[in-house]
Amino acid sequence: MLEINNLHAELETDADVTILKGLTLSIKPGEVHAIMGPNGSGKSTLSYVLSGKDGYSVTAGSAMLEGVDLLEMEPEERAAAGLFLAFQYPVEIPGVGNMTFLRTAVNAQRKARGEEELSAGDFLKEVRAKAKDLQIDADMLKRPVNVGFSGGEKKRNEILQMAMLEPKMCILDETDSGLDVDAMKLVADGVNALRSENRSFLVITHYQRLLDHIKPDFVHILADGKIIKSGGPELALEVENNGYADILAGAA
Amino acid sequence: MALAKLKQDATLARLAGITLPEGATWATAARSDALARLSAMGLPTRRDEYWRYTDPASLIVADAPPAALFDNGEAPLFAGVDRIALVFVDGVFDAAQSDDLAGAGIEIHRLADVAQRDIHWAKDLYGTLESRGQHPVERPLAALNTAIASDGIVIRATAKVQKPVHLVYLHQSETSDVTLHNLVRIEAGASLTLLETGPGAARLSTCLEVDIADAGQFHHIRAQGSDHERRAVTHCFAQLAAESVFKSFTLTFNGVLTRNECVIDMRGDDAVAHVAGACVGDGGDFHHDDTVFVTHDALRGESRQVFKKVLRNGAVGVFQGKILVKQGAQKTDGYQISQSLLLDDDSQFLAKPELEIYADDVACSHGSTTGAIDETALFYLRSRGVPMEAARNLLTLSFLAEALAEIEDQALAEELQTRLEGWLARRA
Repeated sequence: MLEINNLHAELETDADVTILKGLTLSIKPGEVHAIMGPNGSGKSTLSYVLSGKDGYSVTAGSAMLEGVDLLEMEPEERAAAGLFLAFQYPVEIPGVGNMTFLRTAVNAQRKARGEEELSAGDFLKEVRAKAKDLQIDADMLKRPVNVGFSGGEKKRNEILQMAMLEPKMCILDETDSGLDVDAMKLVADGVNALRSENRSFLVITHYQRLLDHIKPDFVHILADGKIIKSGGPELALEVENNGYADILAGAA
Repeated sequence: MALAKLKQDATLARLAGITLPEGATWATAARSDALARLSAMGLPTRRDEYWRYTDPASLIVADAPPAALFDNGEAPLFAGVDRIALVFVDGVFDAAQSDDLAGAGIEIHRLADVAQRDIHWAKDLYGTLESRGQHPVERPLAALNTAIASDGIVIRATAKVQKPVHLVYLHQSETSDVTLHNLVRIEAGASLTLLETGPGAARLSTCLEVDIADAGQFHHIRAQGSDHERRAVTHCFAQLAAESVFKSFTLTFNGVLTRNECVIDMRGDDAVAHVAGACVGDGGDFHHDDTVFVTHDALRGESRQVFKKVLRNGAVGVFQGKILVKQGAQKTDGYQISQSLLLDDDSQFLAKPELEIYADDVACSHGSTTGAIDETALFYLRSRGVPMEAARNLLTLSFLAEALAEIEDQALAEELQTRLEGWLARRA
């Protein structure tokens, strides 16, 4: 599904700051991978570089989604190709209703893929059903995108977008940050409901907590722009119990 | 105050060529008074405080600069609304295209007719609010309008009027120079919605005087159309009695020069006045100026000014807004916001918000911002698959949404929203 090979990226504004230093990762259809790592290891940068945010330049390496070069595409083309990033800090957009936003996004992607746009009625039916599962009420759908939403509401709104857009490759950037236990469970249930043999996940997190709910197939430790250790779910437990120090020392 | 010689000479030279329209005694008196006011004030120049950001020269010259016609192929605005349409073609009333000058709970006349009559309620209003609105800030072009306007529409609402009155200003001559003066009187407890759509002329001057009695309501929705080279100067003077409501919204696109002045006098307690505007401008010859003056002279008045401008390719936007709270106007609630979205580095927004408060128990706030498209929001939209151009347009519309939200009638607001979407699409 996603093949990242020897990816190097630096800040566009400061070529001296290299953040990703040869990251390699292969995710197969249906797999859930988790990336953990200390602050500043490059976790969020990885999500931004993959989704095409301005401000980073890729100096070496590649990232392919189902054989297509992601790095050559505009952010909206990556989305239409099936990539989705659940933001760590979902953006507030005053003046744009959540429904309008969702419908514009869904139809833009369908159009880009040469599919027919969803009718207003079908869209409404689908969004209502999916919102209900995530306990998103009608009021939240009507309000401007993320404006006045609590931390939990924002994250649930991200998952609703994911559910509506039905991407192939989902990246969750610290989706657990700012969530209480109940909200995390709700979000995790939403993600788990979307797991399928054709859809893959890359879960970026600081803590093992989220991985209790979204069980990963593989866990990777990212440090200083590289994956320094990979393993199964037990690796996340090791981090939880001993911190990163041992692993970092072992890799050095 | 003695006028500077140069200004006086220029004013006299310009006014020498003017012949006042003929009419009944009261009309002639009102026009002569206006001309005298104008002579005393002098025509504006950029040296005047309220014309520092907008050059009035092309609004004043004897021969209006010509303006090419522009047809974007869109259907006329509000054509689907059940309304009383009154059509002016380059300032000339077109009875054939207009509906009957009649409706339930309403009296409608042409100014050209009532100005010939010895007795008509219009004589108490014509030039009265304009004259009073000359202090503390002079508005010479409004006095010029009162002096030379020979036609316009005069409306008196005596009940809650269901059908909006729609003044349609059509522009068909590239050299038309038009002056129209409209009067609206809302009797106690009555209400009226007035729609105005233009461009109207190569150069259009309109003056609207609105007198709202106790608990009357006046809703005003205006679209200043899309001819690129047109010029317009508009004045609205409103007087609000107790518990009355005044709400005005203006959408402006294109036009090389637009100056919209709105002067509101809140004289009765518990009155409400909202003035809002959205404008979109493209190109270095686009210049749009909103100048608003709200005077609170009664208890518990609520006023709102909400102005949003989207500017690109060197377009210039101006906002001069003032809230004056007079002594004794306690519990006034005054709000003012002016914001611009600059889509590039060449465009310019000039804002002069003013508060002047002489009462000690009031809540007044104002704000003014200038910004670019929010890059974070842009990326967020694109990451969801919305293409760059569509995402920019969505954010541009969202910026304007707060001003459009000031329109109470949802259907009318949506029609204007559609026009904005069309404008953005044409510029993609």
